[in-house]
Amino acid sequence: MSKVNITIDGQQYQVPAGEKLLWAALDCGVYIPHLCANKDKERPDASCRLCFVEIEGFDAPVTSCTQEVFEGMVVKTRTARVDRLVQTAFELLLSNHKLRCGKCPQNRQCELQKISRERKLKLKLTRLRPLLTEEKAVDDSTDVFIYDPNRCVLCGQCIWVDHKVVEVGAIGFINRGFKRKMGTFGDVPLAESRCTQCGECVKVCPVGALVFKEKTE
Amino acid sequence: MSISDKYHAIRFAAVEKIEKIKEKPHVLVGTATCGRAAGALTILDVFREEADKHQLDVIIDEVGCMGYCYAEPLVVIAKPGFPALCYGPVDEGTARRLVADFLVNDDPCYDFAIAALEPNDEFPTFEDFPRGVIEKKIILADCGLIDPDDIDHYLARDGYAALAKVLEMEPYAVIEEIKSAKLRGRGGAGFPTGVKWERCFQAEGSPKYVICNADEGDPGAFMDRAILESNPHQLIEGLIIAAYAIQASTGYIYVRAEYPLAVARLRNAISQAREKGLLGDNILGSDFSFDVIIFQGSGAFVCGEETALIKSIEGKPGVPDHRPPYPATCGLYGKPTVINNVKTLSYVPHILRKGADWFRSIGTENSPGTAVFALAGKVVGTGLVEVPMGTTIRELVYDVGSGIKDDKMFKAVQIGGPSGGCLPESSLDLPIDFDSLQEAGAMMGSGGLVVLDEDDCMVEIARFFLDFTQKESCGKCTFCRLGTKQMLDILTDITQGKGSLEDLNILQDLAEDIKMGSLCSLGKTAPNPVLTTLKYFRDEYEAHINEGRCPALMCKDLITYIIIPEKCSKLCDVCIGSCPTEAIYTRPDMLKAIHLDKCVKCNNCMVACPPQYKAVIKVSPPIVEEKEETVEGGKEDE
Repeated sequence: MSKVNITIDGQQYQVPAGEKLLWAALDCGVYIPHLCANKDKERPDASCRLCFVEIEGFDAPVTSCTQEVFEGMVVKTRTARVDRLVQTAFELLLSNHKLRCGKCPQNRQCELQKISRERKLKLKLTRLRPLLTEEKAVDDSTDVFIYDPNRCVLCGQCIWVDHKVVEVGAIGFINRGFKRKMGTFGDVPLAESRCTQCGECVKVCPVGALVFKEKTE
Repeated sequence: MSISDKYHAIRFAAVEKIEKIKEKPHVLVGTATCGRAAGALTILDVFREEADKHQLDVIIDEVGCMGYCYAEPLVVIAKPGFPALCYGPVDEGTARRLVADFLVNDDPCYDFAIAALEPNDEFPTFEDFPRGVIEKKIILADCGLIDPDDIDHYLARDGYAALAKVLEMEPYAVIEEIKSAKLRGRGGAGFPTGVKWERCFQAEGSPKYVICNADEGDPGAFMDRAILESNPHQLIEGLIIAAYAIQASTGYIYVRAEYPLAVARLRNAISQAREKGLLGDNILGSDFSFDVIIFQGSGAFVCGEETALIKSIEGKPGVPDHRPPYPATCGLYGKPTVINNVKTLSYVPHILRKGADWFRSIGTENSPGTAVFALAGKVVGTGLVEVPMGTTIRELVYDVGSGIKDDKMFKAVQIGGPSGGCLPESSLDLPIDFDSLQEAGAMMGSGGLVVLDEDDCMVEIARFFLDFTQKESCGKCTFCRLGTKQMLDILTDITQGKGSLEDLNILQDLAEDIKMGSLCSLGKTAPNPVLTTLKYFRDEYEAHINEGRCPALMCKDLITYIIIPEKCSKLCDVCIGSCPTEAIYTRPDMLKAIHLDKCVKCNNCMVACPPQYKAVIKVSPPIVEEKEETVEGGKEDE
């Protein structure tokens, strides 16, 4: 496989040609925040808007999950513009997220906590308003896991697994705009849907939205 | 028979038919959606009944929209021996008079006429008015003058001549002509159309597709609808030419289901074009085959974004994707696809017929051609206008639109709809083209232009447009889904007098971040109305926050309606009847006053108060009512 030379934050790396920058950087041990990225997806979602970087010669920050590496690419993962965008995107996600980490079964294994640690971002709202004014009902209808939409960050990882790996097709994105959420057809409880309760979706949830019941007890 | 022989045979038949029509009196009633809303169908019936009654040998046709919205319903009467005259607004009485006086007798009723269509010694033409001097109609030229339901009307005006010419050219030569004309996409961003076609032409993959984006969704914009309803063949011809240039065999017209008349007229136009051999297999006897499918969208604003539009046609939810890849290389069903706006495609036949040099001679160097605007809001001459690029906003508002209604003060123009911005008086001399508008923070958008006067609150305008984009966000990406909601909450608070100066900083920061960070153009442009109003009208924001005052007296939470006793009359009580909540009472001295706690600020009393009194006024900041007996209020109900 042919390789290209790229520079990330002053360090030179050889990475596979044709790869997306996010995966190349992660393989080199450079952390870039990300939630929705999925290596197996032909076309990246680019929906979480956390993986911004600046590339020399580009006039604005770009999402690294959509940007292919090229020979001589010079990348900066931390610039004032990148940090500002990542901070705002992160705060926006927090503004619609149930923020009681101590009570969350995913505490210490949560991707949001990791981003907060890596980028030194506070895990509480200081600037923005809480948008989660009324909590949505938790779906605990299955025997195996619970689904708490108040913790969901809409990364779509569970939906990908459901559609493309286990090929069940029980869940998808429903509604539009601010009301968009992961749900079943007709928004019925998971146990009433075609969900097989295989639990594969739970394993890929980066936050505490899908959690095995044994963990909640 | 060659392509051009075949075309000339079709055209000759059409010309003969139209010449015969011209021998008789010809009545054209504008029955596009705009005309229908003003009662054009009734007027049409009146003309038909009256003509029957007088046993007149006249031809009465339905046509589209001429763009003079303020004068709807519009009627054009062409009677041999007289200049063709345009009348409006025509009510039932006027219609009867026109039949009896003009069609039966020979009195052209100049009193009711707006203008003549061609120069004559009797009556001024549209070109004699300031609007006509500035306007330069290309794609609107035939709108309202030809019957959109009869292809022969279009053919007789050199319709499909460009197609016949193109079919004898090399496909790439067509692209070169469009590139040389520097035609830019009229959907909003102004991307060079020829470059888009070239990329698609060079892209590998088969079949290729062309799509006409007729998913017009901006509040207050109606350009595409008017063109579809008034001259559908112009668009279809442009679409066939685009298809030939990139060698596509299937095209789609993605039109909103909320435009039923446009859909009906398009359907009819497509089937007539098929009958004439202008669509379908071996068009005009050439090797080129192409057909069009009408796809009706369900009204999601975001489906005007090209990647979302493609997904919608594919049967998936209308959610945008990251670009690149652009549709030109990977579009519908993963195949190379050209997507052009209705107006962009409508220019194409004109450019091919008259040449790229002709097109470049109109407008500015980097934005050649004309701009079509839906002129709306507080302007006298509302309507659909087409002016050369480079026309200033001042000319558009004051000359084309005849100035502000009711002698009020001009405040701003909102240009480009929810993706555009509000430009203040200091921008009046800004020439309108793609680049200068973008520099000023607005956007050409699809062409909505709303004129705002002193009674419009800029904070409320920003809130209105953001409310629209927030509701129309698909919700896929973080910035648009949650960022616009945050901004809307802040703006709502400010219009209710609950904002803080810190909120303004957050609003500015969020707006900049959403603009830079969003996935698609909907999110990237959604903050524009907020950013421009913050830039040009910050004092209004500050008045709301610091003084609890809405300078334009528009934000309901910040105003109080009162009746000035000195102006009120003892002899009048119309306001009492107009009030839906019985908030107005008669004082012992017989003058009227308003119970502030009952008033719902519906504005009825202000409208009802006769102009000789004008006793009802709005004040801001609102009057805080002194509480007297309200503590015990409600007890009586128990």
